[in-house]
Amino acid sequence: METILKVDNINVYYGSIHAIKGVSFEVSQGEIVTLIGANGAGKSTTLNTISGLLRSKTGSVTFLGEDLGKVPAHKVVSRGLALVPEGRRVFLQMTTQENLEMGAYTQSGKPNPADLEMVYQQFPRLKERRKQVAGTLSGGEQQMLAMGRALMSHPKLLMLDEPSMGLAPILVEQIFDIIKRLHEGGTTILLVEQNAQAALSVADRGYVLETGKVVTAGTGAELLASPAIKKAYLGG
Amino acid sequence: MKKLKSLKTTTKVDFATYLGVIAAFFIVSLLRSQGLLNRSLTGMLVPICCYIVMAVSLNLTVGILGELSLGHAGFMSVGAFSGIIVAMSLQSAMPVAWVRLLAALIAGALFAALAGLIVGVPVLRLRGDYLAIVTLAFGEIIKELINCLLVGYDENGLHMAFNISGTLTIDDLHMSPGAVTIIKGAQGATGTEKLATFGAGFLLVMVTLVVVLNLVRSRAGRAVMAIRDNRIAAESIGVNVTKYKLIAFITSAALAGASGALFGLNYSSLVASKFDFNTSILVLVYVVLGGLGNIWGSIIAAAVLYILPEALRQFSDYRMLVYAIVLILVMLATNNPTLKNFLGRFKPRKQQGKEAV
Repeated sequence: METILKVDNINVYYGSIHAIKGVSFEVSQGEIVTLIGANGAGKSTTLNTISGLLRSKTGSVTFLGEDLGKVPAHKVVSRGLALVPEGRRVFLQMTTQENLEMGAYTQSGKPNPADLEMVYQQFPRLKERRKQVAGTLSGGEQQMLAMGRALMSHPKLLMLDEPSMGLAPILVEQIFDIIKRLHEGGTTILLVEQNAQAALSVADRGYVLETGKVVTAGTGAELLASPAIKKAYLGG
Repeated sequence: MKKLKSLKTTTKVDFATYLGVIAAFFIVSLLRSQGLLNRSLTGMLVPICCYIVMAVSLNLTVGILGELSLGHAGFMSVGAFSGIIVAMSLQSAMPVAWVRLLAALIAGALFAALAGLIVGVPVLRLRGDYLAIVTLAFGEIIKELINCLLVGYDENGLHMAFNISGTLTIDDLHMSPGAVTIIKGAQGATGTEKLATFGAGFLLVMVTLVVVLNLVRSRAGRAVMAIRDNRIAAESIGVNVTKYKLIAFITSAALAGASGALFGLNYSSLVASKFDFNTSILVLVYVVLGGLGNIWGSIIAAAVLYILPEALRQFSDYRMLVYAIVLILVMLATNNPTLKNFLGRFKPRKQQGKEAV
């Protein structure tokens, strides 16, 4: 399989704090890759570096053969890289449909009705709430909306930052079902999660981050079975 | 009628806003020609137009972009004095009054836009209170700078000096006799020819509405509102945050500049301290009471609240007290849920049972 994203030895600092220490990993076409780790392990920082919000001091981020090191954050989306930021960030005063249409912002012309239809098919709940102002949606619906909005830009790689954060177990299940469905539909996904059990069960491969370093890597099943991972992240 | 129904609600509101302003203009013109307006009200017509433009343009920054700016009077000041300089120095080159007025308005808008760019680039990186404080400081700095400005005009062109030491006078410009003094430092602009007319004010309000409403309903406007709603989400869908913030901020500044130019050319003398912090707050009050992001609300609030202090003259000493009470009552009334529901019944196209689907 073709590698579409290659992160090579990145080092990111917040002032004098060394948050990411030489992280390298790859994502291939059609895969779900997950980065797991506890709070402060550097998962979100890694995603923000890929999407251009933060810059690495060394190394490189290569996406579809292009170095993203000098590409400004707002141009990254038109390259086919979509980020669903942490914490359900939706446009609270716009309706569900307007939110989705904003997702197609980098596309020229009017939003394609077929794209909207595709998103509504993935998220039937959003279709019911089409005219509702996003601020009045529930947490789970807002998360679905944020994911649907990212899909509107036809991403070649979808990056999800903790999609299950703050959701009830039943909704977490739903979100992961959707992730699986998107994967079956051919979307490549980079998933950042604290819910290691759920993330590893859908992922093809996983990387475990600890204090800014990759400590273990392997397939989802391998990591799930590994006693060390179980002890550190799954409890018991 | 059918065609009207198929339009979007926002489009209908926009059209109603245009029609309302045009209707108001014709009614007021008619009353004036019949001599039904008293002297003080006639004198207020141009300033009302100016403050409507100020309120609508500030609404772009505060309501649409969602950044609190406390220095809007600074842009008005830049526009006013650059407009006065242009109008006065072109007296011989452009004998037709309305051409000079137009040139002054454009110059005012351009200089204010330039000021907006200079302030906006560093300031829009800040958020919330910090942005408010810096814009406040900008307004004060502009006031002090213009207080030091000496400008005159003779056949050799414009003469300008900065009276920073406080020792210069208008004679230090070394102008030939028969020169026109335009701005005399702290005494401000004196002997300005009054070019502003109510008609020009009306046209400026219309131009402002066209610019602001089209910007808000455009692709750029959507991006600006997305930034207001959630900056991180806007960034994540590929909106260039800095660019669209600057577009909104500079447009707002340019319109305030044009409004200032019209305001400046409505009085024979004008001092820089007219455009102080209080003026910025006054315009902000219009915007907040009219409703953030609500353009026609700003227009009505600016018109009513500008006339109100004058209309309250009969309360003499208690005038500002009554003004404050009226403001509080309006705020309470517009936030009252019962009243909101009651007004909501008159809204067009209220779909019942939408939630049930």
